[in-house]
Amino acid sequence: MTTTVTSHRTRPPAQPTSLRGRRLPWYAAPAIAVAALALAAGIVYGIDIGGPVLVVVLGAILYLVGLFAAANAVEGRRSARNRTWSALIHSAFVLAVLPLVSVVWTLVSKGTERLDGNFFQTSMNNIGARDANGGAYHAIVGTLEQVGIATLITVPLGVLCAIYIVEYGRGKFAFAIRFFVDVMTGIPSIVSGLFVLAFWVLIVSPWFNDGRPSFSGFAAALALSVLMLPTIVRSTEEMLRLVPAPLREGAYALGVPKWKTILRVVLPTALPGIVTGVMLAIARAAGETAPVLLVAGGGAAINTNPFENNQSSLSLFVYQQAGDASKYAPARAWTAALTLVALVLILTIAAKLLARRNRLSR
Amino acid sequence: MAKRVEASNVTAYYGGFKAIENINLTVEPKTVTALIGPSGCGKSTFLRSINRMHEVLPGARVEGSLTIDDQDIYDRDVDVTAVRRMIGMVFQRPNPFPTMSIFENVVAGLKLNGVRKKSILDEAAEKALRSANLWDEVKDRLGKPGAGLSGGQQQRLCIARTIAVEPQVVLMDEPCSALDPISTLAIEDLMFQLKDKFTIIIVTHNMQQAARVSDRTAFFSIEKTGDPGRLIEYDNTQKIFSNPSVKKTEDYITGRFG
Repeated sequence: MTTTVTSHRTRPPAQPTSLRGRRLPWYAAPAIAVAALALAAGIVYGIDIGGPVLVVVLGAILYLVGLFAAANAVEGRRSARNRTWSALIHSAFVLAVLPLVSVVWTLVSKGTERLDGNFFQTSMNNIGARDANGGAYHAIVGTLEQVGIATLITVPLGVLCAIYIVEYGRGKFAFAIRFFVDVMTGIPSIVSGLFVLAFWVLIVSPWFNDGRPSFSGFAAALALSVLMLPTIVRSTEEMLRLVPAPLREGAYALGVPKWKTILRVVLPTALPGIVTGVMLAIARAAGETAPVLLVAGGGAAINTNPFENNQSSLSLFVYQQAGDASKYAPARAWTAALTLVALVLILTIAAKLLARRNRLSR
Repeated sequence: MAKRVEASNVTAYYGGFKAIENINLTVEPKTVTALIGPSGCGKSTFLRSINRMHEVLPGARVEGSLTIDDQDIYDRDVDVTAVRRMIGMVFQRPNPFPTMSIFENVVAGLKLNGVRKKSILDEAAEKALRSANLWDEVKDRLGKPGAGLSGGQQQRLCIARTIAVEPQVVLMDEPCSALDPISTLAIEDLMFQLKDKFTIIIVTHNMQQAARVSDRTAFFSIEKTGDPGRLIEYDNTQKIFSNPSVKKTEDYITGRFG
């Protein structure tokens, strides 16, 4: 019986005689790592070809080679491959996290210098190159208003558009909409700024402003909306598609009309994902500089009215301060950048907390 | 309450594919009727045509006439949501609404159709849960998520949700296929009780189940893959399972085919 079974196979797998095998001791991997680093340091400094970075890179390569060789000698080929790949995957993770940690560290270390009450209470109005104070109050107001208005415009529009595509759209028209949303995703922010500049600032705004074109925070909000809309449509669309069809059918079978099924069953089920998409869009919009510069113009003074005159924003503030000749400007730029990141982070956390299926979340 | 369902020359399509052809069948009020047959023979399609769930899928359509106590449900003036309120449906896999609590799930049909009064909802929830034999198990945790119940409980929750809107007819599409024998037994018992009030039509692959719960049995079959499903035989369950008049039915229920 056994012979007939094995004869069907082209190459019968070798049956291990024992389930146990020789294993490297637990200290082998760290020992190899230390040895590799020491060897690398010896080579690099011995012939004087570089600094600590090269030691780490060379050490990592030597570690991989050494680990493979040691495991291959003691544990066998399969185990050696396993260890090498594990090590490679962990290194990839470290490499991916490194820039992230570096950015956060730089932001925090440089941004705390001007992280004082004055920064959040004053604007740059009448701040000269020799003034050490000055703040981003006007920029924070600008960012909150512009992103807030853009969110108010895009969230209903984007979610309704996604609902159309997923629940109602059939045939060519829905396909065309989805295609153009995809195209819009790739629009550079400067182009959306130019569009709003040409359309809103130059053509529409004179009607409200005694015939003269005017920059405004609202124009910036429009430009940000153009950028946010495709992100929200696409992410909402994906989330709505993930809602299982049986849930919709369950509601239909109770005699619930389609619109109410969407509103009360489909949307609540997809809500956490939709909120994530909206927050991604908000984060992207809050970080845009070019459109704000083009259509809101920036400005040093506090302007709480988004519909009239120049407004600044945090990212624009960072851009302007980073390029400023004053020796006090870079510190302000770093603190504004830290503020921007913190703002987005706080908004994201708040939104996630709200969107959790609160009492029903498991 | 319970109503008669009458199908004449019902033919259903998925796009260009004809899934069932010329089904003629009358279901008497307050009976359990089982639809049996091999996979792909159109039992579920027919069941879904009875409450106009078939047309939910893109490209799907139904021809012929289906009447509930002499009202044609495919009439142009008929409101599809009214049809579905009159003819409830329980699905193969339990599908409680994940964002709703047990209580909200049960009264979802009422609430989403505009009933707001708490006392009415409370009363309806308790009545439906008692009818579905679930009340004692969940009465202390009505605020917990419906999706946290076991599979069998979830299915009874879905049955409670269906009967809470007080339909005339309850359609069940393999309601026990995802359940263990004990939960299955609970649901079969439930069908016996529900028969007093509702007309029940159940699709099942389980022949013993059809024999146990139904008064009448309809056997569907197809000639070969790609052909439309047809009604082969429709008779009292006892007759179908003891002395069927068509050879094909006998082959199927004795396990020689399908």
